[in-house]
Amino acid sequence: MDKIVRNFAIGLILLIILAPLGLLAVGETFGEWGAEEIKEKLGFVPPGLERLSGLWSAPLPDYAFSGGDESMTIAAAAYILSAVIGVVVCGGLLYFIGKKVARD
Amino acid sequence: MHIPDGYLGPYTYMAMWIIMIPIWYYAGKRLSTELKSRQVPLLAMAAAFSFVIMMFNIPIPGGSTGHAVGGAIIGIVLGPWAGVIAISVALVLQALMFGDGGITAIAANCFNMAVIMPFSAYYIYRLASGNTEISSSRHVIAAAIAGYISLSLAAGFTGFLFGIQPLLHTGADGVPLYMPYGLSITVPAMLLEHLLGFAILEALITALIFAYIQRTDTSLLYGEKSRSQKNKSMR
Repeated sequence: MDKIVRNFAIGLILLIILAPLGLLAVGETFGEWGAEEIKEKLGFVPPGLERLSGLWSAPLPDYAFSGGDESMTIAAAAYILSAVIGVVVCGGLLYFIGKKVARD
Repeated sequence: MHIPDGYLGPYTYMAMWIIMIPIWYYAGKRLSTELKSRQVPLLAMAAAFSFVIMMFNIPIPGGSTGHAVGGAIIGIVLGPWAGVIAISVALVLQALMFGDGGITAIAANCFNMAVIMPFSAYYIYRLASGNTEISSSRHVIAAAIAGYISLSLAAGFTGFLFGIQPLLHTGADGVPLYMPYGLSITVPAMLLEHLLGFAILEALITALIFAYIQRTDTSLLYGEKSRSQKNKSMR
């Protein structure tokens, strides 16, 4: 059991380090277009979409430092930092909750 | 598959919140009665794994990008209810902190990736592996099939939610208010790119991790210990 946990943890660390590979894929994702992309497609932005899309300003939008143009190195660093935050917060939160509710 | 804010109108996103709140509540109750302390590190790592694996965007022919979710292997190993909690935590953090998936669409995204996936994967895996020994290669194949179908089902339902928007929300002048494309575009688009691309990755990941656990400690698998104990008591 301990060995499995250790090996999965090593796997997670490898995934964090390799995460910037996910930045190499360029292209659009269906249904996740930004307002400009929609305007290019349709010639207009649906009014409800325009109204709701600005509802939330995330601290690290799209796993990047906000502010637009970044070098690939900075983008990769932001991506790795995002992965670390994700692993620590998700893992930490569920570990804490899990320890509290677990039987035996 | 992370639906952003603005793509679903209020009828749809409110309906998904109304569906998800009792599911989260019940999943939490199930978790607190079933979770054993030795599973806690696995549960924590499952949420972390799901978070990270979704950052691995891969391109597919046609210019589209997407990712696996990890929801199938989590449902198979920890059980579907623990899967709901683990994947939901990852999705909520992605929405709040990284703007990946909308705030209004959190419930819809959780339904697609944190409910449809672990549940369909778990039952497809059980069905496809049948009564064969846990050590048999059929279990690995069953896990791969579960990964493939569960991600495609989640994508298909996401396409469905997108596609009903023009029916529900179109202005008096005929202008769509939210997602502008109808079912005949959204469902095939979501299904095809997952069936031909991302679901293959999900299947590989599911099979790989399953095979590793199968070779190391099958008592970690959800329902496996109780099943083998039952078999012993029947003898």
